[in-house]
Amino acid sequence: MKKTLKRWFPLFGLPTLAAFTVGFLVPFVVGLALSFCRFTTVSDARFVGLANYKSILGDGDFLHALWFTALFTLVSVVLINLLAFAVALPLTKGLRGTNLFRTVFFMPNLIGGIVLGYIWQLIFNGVLAMFGRTLTYSPVYGFWGLVILMCWQQVGYMMIIYIAGLQSIPGELYEAARIDGANPRQILFRITLPLSMPAITICTFLTLTNSFKLFDQNLALTAGQPSNKTQMLALNIYDTFYSRAGWEGVGQAKAVVFFVLVAGLALIQLYITRRREVQQ
Amino acid sequence: MEKRGIAALLAALTILLALTGCGRSESSSDSAAGQGKVYYLNFKPEQKDQWEALAKEYTRQTGVKVNVVTAASGGYESTLKAEIAKSDPPTLFQVNGPVGLSTWKDYCYDLSDSEVYRQLKSEEFALEEDGQVLAVAYAIETYGLIYNKDILRRYCQLEGAVISDASQIQNFETLKAVAEDMQSRREELGIEGAFASSGMDSSSDWRFKTHLANIPLYYEYRDEGITSAAAVKGTYLENFRNIWDLYLNNSTVEPSLISSKTGDDAASEFALGEACFYQNGTWAYEQISGYEVADEDIGMLPIYIGVEGEEDQGLVTGSENYWCVNKKAAPQDIQATLDFLEWVITSDEGRQSLAQEMGFVTPFKTFGEEYTPDNPLVKAAEEYVQEGKTSIGWYFTTMPSDQWKNDLGAAMLEYAQGTGDWDKVKTAFVEGWASEYQARQ
Repeated sequence: MKKTLKRWFPLFGLPTLAAFTVGFLVPFVVGLALSFCRFTTVSDARFVGLANYKSILGDGDFLHALWFTALFTLVSVVLINLLAFAVALPLTKGLRGTNLFRTVFFMPNLIGGIVLGYIWQLIFNGVLAMFGRTLTYSPVYGFWGLVILMCWQQVGYMMIIYIAGLQSIPGELYEAARIDGANPRQILFRITLPLSMPAITICTFLTLTNSFKLFDQNLALTAGQPSNKTQMLALNIYDTFYSRAGWEGVGQAKAVVFFVLVAGLALIQLYITRRREVQQ
Repeated sequence: MEKRGIAALLAALTILLALTGCGRSESSSDSAAGQGKVYYLNFKPEQKDQWEALAKEYTRQTGVKVNVVTAASGGYESTLKAEIAKSDPPTLFQVNGPVGLSTWKDYCYDLSDSEVYRQLKSEEFALEEDGQVLAVAYAIETYGLIYNKDILRRYCQLEGAVISDASQIQNFETLKAVAEDMQSRREELGIEGAFASSGMDSSSDWRFKTHLANIPLYYEYRDEGITSAAAVKGTYLENFRNIWDLYLNNSTVEPSLISSKTGDDAASEFALGEACFYQNGTWAYEQISGYEVADEDIGMLPIYIGVEGEEDQGLVTGSENYWCVNKKAAPQDIQATLDFLEWVITSDEGRQSLAQEMGFVTPFKTFGEEYTPDNPLVKAAEEYVQEGKTSIGWYFTTMPSDQWKNDLGAAMLEYAQGTGDWDKVKTAFVEGWASEYQARQ
């Protein structure tokens, strides 16, 4: 077996490895190096040490974006997972039209973020126009607009993962619990939830990173208005990179900080949820 | 068995080579011909087809390959940044003015000896630095307050109209009186508002945060006798507020709703005769002609903001389309690009395309009377020049950064929807200028 793996590795492993190197490793290393440089194009850079990172410290918008993103992530991770689980539960009970419902809930996920952002902007502005306002009136509107948009897009996808998780729980456990006289509440908290932990791990990981890295939807829905109050981290980095001459390096440095944050958060989350996973 | 493994490895490598080779084969065959080639990264999506046709014609005549790539609207800087780092970079690209040039000056070939520079009607259409000509404008555009002559004529016939002819609008006071009267009698006139919506969506906000802000900036520069600044005082910000209030309060929409209005909304309101005034420029002609408003009813007024002596103020004329030749391209490619540009501004096909098909007013001596575009807004602009009115330059190209414009736009929006006061606009304009200028490093 081992010998076969070794022999066929070049055919099946090398192309992927090459793609990974070209598409991820090289840009990552170059990106890291560029965060210490002043540059206009990637092939024309000058080393400036930690100057770019120092510029971040004095940037109030970046800090605001960080808090805004953290709050948004917290709210949307909780909401998306609660809703997705709540939708997944009845759809594993063999109701009539289960397949239709699953399809309908999943479909929003097939639309790209920019398109979704513009569609929801029209909807929100249409509703708010009745009160003589628009989405840019207050950052609170933008915040909840983003939360609703993300829930609408992500609930269906997470639902599919939860359904798969729920279906893998053996029926005997439920049967035994029922014979022992467990009520539905006990079944949910003592059997369904603990045994769904692998699905919960995946879903919280996906929602956490997706929310933290949110870009398209943010750009299309509010573009940071009013006055950068609804600007999230990724959009802040993008704006830094393109809206000032000579600030490309600062944008790059922000991106490195951003990477460390996302990776750190994701690792902590994985550690916590993994620990609660149980063996069947 | 070992041989099989090697064969598989070779097969995998071949596939990889074939994949990477595909992208390269094209360029190597070009340079094999020994002559240079042209790669133009075009800024204006509206003229994409015309440039491609022109490139094809040039290749047919001379055999030199011309590749035209057009960046998506609003994505020029990012496309240029990506393209210019490649091994086959654009040989011809654009900058939008002095501030845009500061990003790219290391890539700009000195055009002092080129035909495009020699043929300029005036040196003010070139951007120079340290005695080198780094960029040459190729399209001159004009903006102002586009108006519907028919609506204004109908207004003048109303009982108690404050003017009897459009030509009487020669200062802010009259403009304000007309617009406010028109707004209050919009049902009589069958219009939705005096001004088309001042949309602050990103497709429209540049008309105000950049173009409208240019007017107070011009007067401040004029007072100081300068053409660019490291810091501004905001002397005419009160006038800026007056004109912004006028736009907002006499419009087709409530001021609180402008963030949802797009550039297309404003254009269609004007084109359908729902609004009398619409701030935009010569480039808007294509978008507004052919609907409810006849071409002969489209006129343009100067944007008056209430400055002493503004009766002599003309329209706002300038360029944010400058050609630059990439200094870091191969020498034969640079030569090919210079030859191509010369052909574009001297040959019949080039001049025809630039003036008639793309509709540009160009700053080159080679374009005579017969190459004036068929555009009523261009004609209106020429009339003002002939009357001896003072044109305002496009000083917004000296605004320190896009960030400055965005911050100003955000403050203007907050003022309009009532969530911020005018002080925020002042701060963004004056203090923002100094800090953004410093941030340029």
